[in-house]
Amino acid sequence: MSIKTTIPVISKEAAHFQVVPGEVPVLNIRNLNVRSKNAQILKNINLVVPKNKITVLLGPSGCGKTTLLKCMNRLTDLYSELKLDGSIEIDGEDILSGKYDITQIRQKMGLVMQRPFPLPMSIYDNIAYGLKIKGIRKKSIISEKVEKHLREVALWDEVKDRLKTSAQRLSIGQQQRLCLARGLAVEPEIILADEPTSALDPISSRVIEEEFLKLKADYTIILVTHILRQAKRLADFVVFMYYGEIVEYGPASEIFENPKTDILKEYLRVGH
Amino acid sequence: MTKRILIDNISSKWMLVCLSFFLLLPLAIGTGLVLKSEDLLTGHTLSSLIFSADWSPSEDKFGFWPFILSSLWVTIIALIISMPLCLLAAIYLSQFAPKWLLEFMRPVIDILAGIPSVVYGVWGVLVIVPLVGDTIAPFFNNESLGYSILAGALVLAVMSIPYILNMLLEVFRQVPVELGEASLSLGATKWETIKHVFIRKGATGILSAYGLGFSKALGETIAVMMVIGNVVQEPASVFDAGYPLPALIANNYGEMMSIPSYDSALMFGSLLLFVIILAINILFRYLIYKSEEK
Repeated sequence: MSIKTTIPVISKEAAHFQVVPGEVPVLNIRNLNVRSKNAQILKNINLVVPKNKITVLLGPSGCGKTTLLKCMNRLTDLYSELKLDGSIEIDGEDILSGKYDITQIRQKMGLVMQRPFPLPMSIYDNIAYGLKIKGIRKKSIISEKVEKHLREVALWDEVKDRLKTSAQRLSIGQQQRLCLARGLAVEPEIILADEPTSALDPISSRVIEEEFLKLKADYTIILVTHILRQAKRLADFVVFMYYGEIVEYGPASEIFENPKTDILKEYLRVGH
Repeated sequence: MTKRILIDNISSKWMLVCLSFFLLLPLAIGTGLVLKSEDLLTGHTLSSLIFSADWSPSEDKFGFWPFILSSLWVTIIALIISMPLCLLAAIYLSQFAPKWLLEFMRPVIDILAGIPSVVYGVWGVLVIVPLVGDTIAPFFNNESLGYSILAGALVLAVMSIPYILNMLLEVFRQVPVELGEASLSLGATKWETIKHVFIRKGATGILSAYGLGFSKALGETIAVMMVIGNVVQEPASVFDAGYPLPALIANNYGEMMSIPSYDSALMFGSLLLFVIILAINILFRYLIYKSEEK
């Protein structure tokens, strides 16, 4: 869906969002700007993500949702052309400051990508990989956690007899659940999900969605999607982005029932 | 039938004809070599030809062992030198180096690959042979004229680098970026990601690159011939001179035809080379198959 209008001018006030009363913040983004060589990809992002909620980043393709997500665990480091400024605080540590061990920061966040990318190893080793990196060596603990996290994503019963076979042989829906379990195994606080169902069939998508609703009891979830209906099913809070800016932010009910900007009204109307 | 459909139907057929030419070529070469070396095979046992070190064509003694040994020594040492170098260079260029360096290196690699074999040979004679004779061998308390297995291996290693490196770069280019991101997001360092994910994902391609590199290095003739000394002996150390199979054939074919079965012996030498390369290819195919299974 593309919306053919000129870029709206957003007031500075609208771009600043405070903690929603009654919510515990886990992630605090202030004045984040991301520039590449010839474009500004993210403009003055301010966002507070509440704990144990699903915060949905909504918006048309190319509006900077994925870049924002990648900033949160600094995968942007891989793209030397990107220049970041501002701050992203998690547990009071500014991850952009360069003062902290990036590998430990990344373990606070589990990433689920658009398409599953199982590591080139067995199903078991895909989960064990992150545990071993964390320094867990004891086999009994690793096996226990592998089972726990495969059960957490409802994959255990499907794969328990072939844990040592290659993860590439799973169906794509199973692979995506494996990738989710792999991320959960390092016991993150936050799950970053970048259009996690875009490559899946409707049934597999529904399974993932149900997982997310269960997982938010233990984790904070930040979900990027451009599927409006998915956002409505899952979101507690919605961040609506357009051309690298946050246009509206608020509880899901408010955003969907009472959009303030024309651009969001248009998006909701077209996307329905 | 319309003309379009007709052309469509024939098109795949003539491609098949071209393909079958490639399939028949090795078969034809193999058969030809067997037929040509028949003279030698009727007068000698196969094991005496392969495992005997007695080489004296005027006395009708044809032991190929020194040549086989020289060939394998030179090739294996060359690849022991070049394989890790290429792997590290390919990883650096594809994962760490800035884009401009990769862009700069591509034509450099192409130029290295395009330098004629004989130029590498001259360079070997002028640089590597004295280096081995005056510096490396004395360092290991050995005496060497410099014309040696090691000199051949060093020249061959340098020659095979652009070839193997090019293939490895392609292997790492095909590993999806997202796979690296997945590993990093689990808290892995870049090195852990390379070691456990990229090399494993690329294992099949790395093996093919090494396999092709081996075949090509084994058959390399001129440059090796110029620096290895060409002495018929079982080399006892890397500082001894050797005489690889391709050099034997290139040096002698067309000469000394007065000696009976010499011509046939050289054909048998070619056949040996052919069979060794075939065996190496089969071995690497097997390894590739094994790595794909994982």
